[in-house]
Amino acid sequence: MIVNIRGVRGSIPVTGPETAGYGGNTSCADVSEAGWLLVLDGGSGIQKVTMPPGFHSRRIDILLTHLHLDHIQGLGFFQPLFDPSMEIHIWGPASSSRTLHARLSRYLSPPLFPVLIRDLPCKLVLHDIENSDFEIGPFKIKSRFVIHPGPTVGFRVESGAFSFCFLPDHEPALGGRGLPSNPNWISGYDLARESSLLYHDAQYTKPEYAGRMGWGHSSMEDTVSFSKAVGTRHVLLGHHDPGRTDPQLDILQRSFDKLNRDDINIDFAREGTSFRLE
Amino acid sequence: MAAYEIEIILNRQLADCLSIPVFITDTAGNLIFYNEPAEIILGKRFEDTGEMPVAQWSTDFKPMKEDGSPMAPEELPLVHTLTYATPCHKSFWIESLQQKRQRIAVTSYPIIGRTGKFLGAVAIFWNSENE
Repeated sequence: MIVNIRGVRGSIPVTGPETAGYGGNTSCADVSEAGWLLVLDGGSGIQKVTMPPGFHSRRIDILLTHLHLDHIQGLGFFQPLFDPSMEIHIWGPASSSRTLHARLSRYLSPPLFPVLIRDLPCKLVLHDIENSDFEIGPFKIKSRFVIHPGPTVGFRVESGAFSFCFLPDHEPALGGRGLPSNPNWISGYDLARESSLLYHDAQYTKPEYAGRMGWGHSSMEDTVSFSKAVGTRHVLLGHHDPGRTDPQLDILQRSFDKLNRDDINIDFAREGTSFRLE
Repeated sequence: MAAYEIEIILNRQLADCLSIPVFITDTAGNLIFYNEPAEIILGKRFEDTGEMPVAQWSTDFKPMKEDGSPMAPEELPLVHTLTYATPCHKSFWIESLQQKRQRIAVTSYPIIGRTGKFLGAVAIFWNSENE
């Protein structure tokens, strides 16, 4: 399968030469194989999603980790939603009070957006998911609730022996003692365990995190600890703070290069990068 | 073994930050976590014992009625919550490690997850000497 990183910024899109290197679009990645396309999150990076080679099914599946604005703000501008020949499935975390349709309609309706969900020309199917296991084309997908304010899931996408784990907003070290040592008590462990590629929230430096505990995001150091605990082979540190410039991220990348070992690679995520897992 | 549900993990994270004793059980009654203040009640350390079945933990801290007779496990608030998935509050006596009787109150509540699933229970212990 091929993983494309389409948006790596947290909170709000940013533009300008100081962020062009790593990218300014908010959360989005896509995964494709054998003509099937999964879109993970609908942040502003969804504008960059293109149909994969051999795409013929007229079906696209969009998997939303949660409904914070930086994860859905691109949805209304995703052109296949306006194509009557397309079948779009949107999968998102269930809430105890409102359906996914009702919650998405808060955004996809006036005055925030001019088009109502019910008026979208495509064939639209919504799926409320929880701790779920399901299959789409060649992909086996696992969703699990994870630590982040409001209903939020992470995803594990498997194809054959390879797996991509997507945890763009996640605070597994929340609590007085940081990341638990016992895997049974680590949020997201089942999703990320021995994944081929992990995309994980790393919005803050350690000193920044000290003043933002409970906001639902991780420090870079905690994300590296999480990555080692789950035994992933390659972690992409993402959900970059909107105020973080390219030179600052370059410096951070160099400081984390020292932690790179034979069994794990640590990289700061860049918009526009692709990974072939096979 | 799969990781615990997120609602259970968050309850543990909270319990870890409190200075009042807290027990957390799964739906079968296995004591899957107790915090440091609760270690004093049980006279054991979680790191040493790990998880404990209900038959063990419910008698370890020697719960007693007003007249000093032992309480059956099913009379404990936590066991009530596990049985009926409803909150419960009760005062009773326990015998401390120093063989001293101590009156305590216990409040227990079910952990009902986002999807409405019953995932386990929490018991909080209060000193009720003055009740």
